[in-house]
Amino acid sequence: MKTLRTALLGGVTAFALAGAAQAEISDNVVKIAVLDDMSGVYADLAGPGSVVAAEMAVEDFGGSVNGVSVEIVSADHQNKADIAANISRQWIDTEQVDVIVDVGNSAAALAVQEVTKSKGKVHLNSTAGTTALTNDQCSPTGIHWTYDTYALANGTGTAMTEEGNKKWYFITADYAFGHSLEENTANAVKAAGGEVVGVSRAPFPNTDFSSYLLQAQASGAQVIGLANAGGDTINSIKQAKEFGITDAGIKLAGMLVFLTDIHALGLETTQGLTITTGWYWDRDDESRAFAKRFAERHEGRMPTMVQAGVYSAIGHYLKAIAEAGTDEGKTVVDQMKSMPVQDMFTDNGTIRADGRMVHDMYLVQVKAPSESSGPWDYYKIVRTIPGDAAFIPLSESTCELVNKS
Amino acid sequence: MVEVLGVPLPALLGQLLLALINGSFYAVLSLGLALIFGLLNIINFAHGAFYMLGAFVAWLLLQHVGIGYWPSLVLAPLVVGAFGMVVERLLLRRLYDLDHLYGLLFTFGLALILEGTFRQIYGISGQPYSIPPALSGGTNLGFMFLPYYRGWVILVSVVMCLATWLIIERTKLGALMRAATENPDLVRAFGVNVGLLVTLTYGFGVALAAFAGVLAAPIYSVNPIMGSHLIIIVFAVVVIGGMGSILGAVVSGFLLGLCEGITRVYWPEASSVVIFVIMAIVLVLRPAGLFGRRA
Repeated sequence: MKTLRTALLGGVTAFALAGAAQAEISDNVVKIAVLDDMSGVYADLAGPGSVVAAEMAVEDFGGSVNGVSVEIVSADHQNKADIAANISRQWIDTEQVDVIVDVGNSAAALAVQEVTKSKGKVHLNSTAGTTALTNDQCSPTGIHWTYDTYALANGTGTAMTEEGNKKWYFITADYAFGHSLEENTANAVKAAGGEVVGVSRAPFPNTDFSSYLLQAQASGAQVIGLANAGGDTINSIKQAKEFGITDAGIKLAGMLVFLTDIHALGLETTQGLTITTGWYWDRDDESRAFAKRFAERHEGRMPTMVQAGVYSAIGHYLKAIAEAGTDEGKTVVDQMKSMPVQDMFTDNGTIRADGRMVHDMYLVQVKAPSESSGPWDYYKIVRTIPGDAAFIPLSESTCELVNKS
Repeated sequence: MVEVLGVPLPALLGQLLLALINGSFYAVLSLGLALIFGLLNIINFAHGAFYMLGAFVAWLLLQHVGIGYWPSLVLAPLVVGAFGMVVERLLLRRLYDLDHLYGLLFTFGLALILEGTFRQIYGISGQPYSIPPALSGGTNLGFMFLPYYRGWVILVSVVMCLATWLIIERTKLGALMRAATENPDLVRAFGVNVGLLVTLTYGFGVALAAFAGVLAAPIYSVNPIMGSHLIIIVFAVVVIGGMGSILGAVVSGFLLGLCEGITRVYWPEASSVVIFVIMAIVLVLRPAGLFGRRA
């Protein structure tokens, strides 16, 4: 019985390979397009640095795949979903673009997902946080690479509660993103045996958080969960330090904090902050080597997790084209899903049916100034969160591509 | 423990104090704005950008010249004020005879250019600026932990507002400034250089914005869009106080800080709207504002 199955599988594989051999690479070029916020709020954590990461990925692959050259183009979507959609359409219709990568800003990312899905082109998303990319809005040609809000909230919420910080107070940005971040974290906190003692929904954007911080302190909370991002998070952290809240022993948990945010704030202010990240440059020799090369090309700035994700996703994409012998969207993505992801980004990545790249996440704590050897030496890894525990279980995915039987 | 509508009294007192601190920023900013409008009839939309410039100049001085907070508190307003005067001399001056709208559009454009330039050079994440060592730490007031720096902000803001009011209302220079806007030809006939007076007034208003920027630098992150968040609120404050009324700008700055602070305790979601609701009510009941001179 077993031999029969093996024989059948072998036959099917051979047939598939024969089919693939006939396919070709369209227009005699593989064109990778990096679309992101190049000048606004996300420009530091992704933006131009993502273009550098993409260039490195192509160079490290040798600059060509199956004898065909690989090119990179990039554009600024200015955080506007309609601009993102227009650029994507133009790229695909008139400029032979095969894959769109990066795409920070969830609204822009969902617009690109829609366009690439309808045109059968590939969308490798690293920077956007929304879980919709692998749920209601999932696509047979879309992969979500680095993180999502669920993984960040779940990782930090679970780990900190399990360490004995049972009472949480949330300071939440009062819009859809903040609410979902708060909900995801609160669920994780409750599941780990903690409780939510209060919530302040702060208008977005906001500069002064002292009022909410003092309310949080008065509530007797052990942890203040910051369900916000960017400038809101930066100001919350800064003011928590100013009002002696962190010195009083209350812990801060950042739900969406990037390495560049820590760089902007300085360690004096951020020390002790607990966050979840999809990648950190100082994790092993491979990641350090990549980071060093990246910094040399990007004004000495170390790569963020999403910039590293862009590198990893493109490398895996080119490997899949080499394997499949074609750049046809669905075929390449299926090929990518069939291969494990192993590079400087992750040792054990797999891509699920819903397009979620599942890999280990890391719970990190920001170092004290005395522990840091200088700029960009910011995190110590507290624990590794296995991929299966980090992301939404496939059984809970609302993606139509998931076969629920 | 005594409670007020479900909030313990000490906690509420703490919140009120915080509200006053925010109010002092509104007061200093709206003071400069009211000054420029009241004396020059210019709706200075670039005020938020000058506030941002003040913070950035302080940061640049620290970063590249090693000049700390205290000298910056004087230097940055001087530098930015001088820049404001150059702008007034070369550009803004040409718009005085035209409709208000032109001044508004010009200053709005100027604000966009300044913010865009800094965004291009320094990125968006913001730059760190530490609280000066002499004012770091804080004291426990019993009902709240008051960082020394916040206490300093209230103190210096009140002094600044008072000093400005005294200069405008009680000194010869102030009298000349007011006279020059009321009837420039007559004042010129007395041999007073009205053009210079106008330039100085604009420079002073701009310097006040930069001063608030330096005050804000250690509290908020120094970033290119810090002013654009604040400018709309400050305009509402000025409108509520009565366009051009200096006393009105200061009093309503502190009052609205308080209203906002109380809203933050009882209904945080509404705290960004409350000032505009008050503005709408004031405009309906007293179109000239609380302290407006003209009906």
